[in-house]
Amino acid sequence: MPSFAQALQNKSFVVTAEVGPPKGTDVSRLLHHIELLKDKVDALNVTDNQSSVMRISSLAVCRLILDHGGEPILQLTCRDRNRLALQSELLSAWVLGVKNVLCLTGDYVSVGDHPQAKPVFDLDSVQLLRTVELLNSNKDLAGHDMQGATGFVAGAVVTPEADPIEPQLIKFEKKVAAGAKFFQTQAVYDLEKFKRFMDYARRFPVKVLAGIVLLVSAGMARYMNNNVPGIFVPERLVEQLAKAEKGKAIEVGIEIAGQMIRQLRQDGICDGVHIMAIGKEERVPDILAAAQ
Amino acid sequence: MNDHHGQFEPKVIAYCCTYCAYTAGDLAGSMRLQYAPNVRVIKVPCSGSVSALLLLKAFQDGADAVYVAGCAIGDCHFLRGNLQALKTVAYAKALLEEIGLEPQRLEFFHIPASAGPLFAQRADEMTQRAKQLGPNPLRRAMRVVGGGKLAFPPDDHPPLPPASFGVLKRHDPQEPTP
Amino acid sequence: MIVAERKSFEQIVDMLSPFERVLVVGCGTCVAVCMAGGEKEVELLAAELRMHAQKQGKTLLVDEVTVTRQCDKEYLEPLAKYIDQYDAVLSMACGAGVQFLAERYDDKLILPGLDTRFIGVAQAPGQWEQRCVACAECILDQTGGICPMTRCAKNLLNGPCGGTNHGKCEVDAGKDCAWTLIYRKLEKLGRLDLMRKIQPPKDYSVATKPARYVHPAFHESQQTSAAE
Repeated sequence: MPSFAQALQNKSFVVTAEVGPPKGTDVSRLLHHIELLKDKVDALNVTDNQSSVMRISSLAVCRLILDHGGEPILQLTCRDRNRLALQSELLSAWVLGVKNVLCLTGDYVSVGDHPQAKPVFDLDSVQLLRTVELLNSNKDLAGHDMQGATGFVAGAVVTPEADPIEPQLIKFEKKVAAGAKFFQTQAVYDLEKFKRFMDYARRFPVKVLAGIVLLVSAGMARYMNNNVPGIFVPERLVEQLAKAEKGKAIEVGIEIAGQMIRQLRQDGICDGVHIMAIGKEERVPDILAAAQ
Repeated sequence: MNDHHGQFEPKVIAYCCTYCAYTAGDLAGSMRLQYAPNVRVIKVPCSGSVSALLLLKAFQDGADAVYVAGCAIGDCHFLRGNLQALKTVAYAKALLEEIGLEPQRLEFFHIPASAGPLFAQRADEMTQRAKQLGPNPLRRAMRVVGGGKLAFPPDDHPPLPPASFGVLKRHDPQEPTP
Repeated sequence: MIVAERKSFEQIVDMLSPFERVLVVGCGTCVAVCMAGGEKEVELLAAELRMHAQKQGKTLLVDEVTVTRQCDKEYLEPLAKYIDQYDAVLSMACGAGVQFLAERYDDKLILPGLDTRFIGVAQAPGQWEQRCVACAECILDQTGGICPMTRCAKNLLNGPCGGTNHGKCEVDAGKDCAWTLIYRKLEKLGRLDLMRKIQPPKDYSVATKPARYVHPAFHESQQTSAAE
C-alpha cells in the first residue's frame, strides 16, 4: 500500500478516517477499529485529547497503528504543550515512524473534563506548522542545528463555512505559507457552498480533504447546527433524518455521507475526504460502501 | 420595642423620595388615611441617593424593617434614580443575607405622587412584615432604651469623622478613636 | 486600572474569626474606582462585620482607614502610629498592595480582602472588562489596537481558531471573538496586510517573573548615590 504522502501525490481521491484514543488503558475496541479500517483508508488520524478530554496520547496510538500495519496521522494541538514539548513530541513521533502530522490549535480546556487545567497555547497552529517545517530542515524553533531532521508531511484544518469567512481564509493562506501540504476541513454538508470554497482553495498548491461527519440522528444534526461553530446541516438533511424509522436514522446518515463522498469524487470537487464517525468507527466501511 | 400591652411594635424606616413617595405620604395625610404609626418617614431628594451603607446603618441602629420608596418607572425626576435605587436595594439585600439578617426586612416600592392609598398600604405591609419577622436580632445585643424609641440615644453616637484619606475611623462608642 | 472583586463575606469572616481587633485598610486608587476596596467599600464591609459580630454576640472591634495607595511606601507610613493595637489587618487593596503592606509591617498578619482580577477598563457603570495581560511586549500596532493576547482565550497571534462563531467566542458566547474584531478593524483601516503577516512565536522570556523595572532616569542616580 502506498504511503499517505504518495497517495496525496498520486491518487485522485484520498480517503482518511479518524480514531479516538480511549480514556484508560483498555485498547481492545481501538485495536478492533484499527484492524477494521487500516486497509480501507489511506491514513488514520489519531486525535490529541479530543475535545480537551484526557485520553491516551495521540503518539502512542499512532505507534499502535504502525504496529498493526496502518498509516497514522498524528494530530498535535497547542493546548497541552509548550514549544519544548511540541518539538520533542514531533521528534519522538518521527523516531517511532510517524510520517504525517496535523497541526491544530486545539479546543479550549473549559469544554473538556479538566476545565480547571492551565491552558498552554504557547504556539498557535500557524507557528506549529512553521516549527514542523524547521524540524524538517534540521533546525529547531530557536534556530539550533539538530542531529537528524524529520521529514513530516504537515497538514492543517480549515472551516470552509466559518462565519465570517474572510479571517478564516486569511489564516488558511498563512497556514499554506507556513508549510501545510494538506487540509482536512470541518464537516461539510452543503455542496454548493463547499464548491465556492474550493474555487478559492484551488489557487493554492495544497490538497483538500473534505470533512465528513456521520449524522446519526436529526437531534445530533440540530445540536451541531446550534452548538458547533462552522457546521451547518441543511434543513433538507435534518428532515430526511427525522423521517427515518426509529433506530434507522443512522442508515440514512450513512446514505447521506456516502452520497456526499460520491459527488465530491465524481465531480472532482476536492482531493479526498476525511471521515469522522465519532463513536461509530465500525460503520466507516458502510459509509465507504455507500460511496461506491 | 414593646408597647404597654407587651406586644412587639416594630420600628420601620421609610426613605421616601421627595417628588413621588413623600408627596404621596402628604396626600395620604390630606385624605385622612390611617396607616401604621410604626413608620418613620425620611425625606430624600431622590431614591437613587440612598446608598447601601445608609440602609445597612439603619439596621445597625436597630430598625426592624426598612424600605425605599421612589417614583414609578419612567417617572423619576432625575430620570434613572429609581432604577439605581432598585439595584442598590437588591445589593443591600444580598449584604443583609451575608450578615445573617432576613433580606425581607428591606424592600423597594414604587409609589407615584398621586397614590395616597398605596402609600398607606405599603406602610402597613412593611409593618406587618416586620411583625411577622420579629425584632431585629441586632437590637437584642444592644442597650435597649425601651418603648418605640431608638435603641440607644442619638447623642451616644460619636460624631462621624470627615471622609478623607489617611484618617483612622472608629465606630465603637465604647472606645475613643486613637 | 487594576480590577478587583471583594472576597465573599463568608471567606472574610472566616479569615478574621480568630481576632478581636481588626483594622480594615482601604486603597484609594484602582480598587476604589472599581468599587471593591475604596473608602466606601471599607465602610460598608466594616459595618457588615460589626453587625455580623453583634448578631453572633462576639466582641469585634473593626476600625477603618483608607490610604491613597497601598503600592507606595509613603502612604503606608502613617499607619505605623496605630497598627500595633490590632490583631490583624485586612487589606482591601490588589494583591500588590496587600504584599506591600505586609512587607512594610512584617510583624503583623496582613489578610487579603479582595481577589485581584485583571487590568481592565470600565465598559459601563459597574462593569469592567480585561484589556491587558502585561505580556511585556506590546503588539497592538499589528492588530489594530485590539489585543489578541488578552481578548482571545487561546491568545492566538495568527488569526481566529475554528471556534469563532458569528463574531463570538466558542469558549464564552457572551464574549467577542478577538480575531473577528481585529479583522473588522484592520479592514476598516485598510491594513489587512498586517493580518496576513505571519507572527512569530511570542518571546515569553521578557515576561519572566518576578518582573522588575528601573526607569532609565534612575539608573544614573543609583550610580551617583553609590559613588557618593
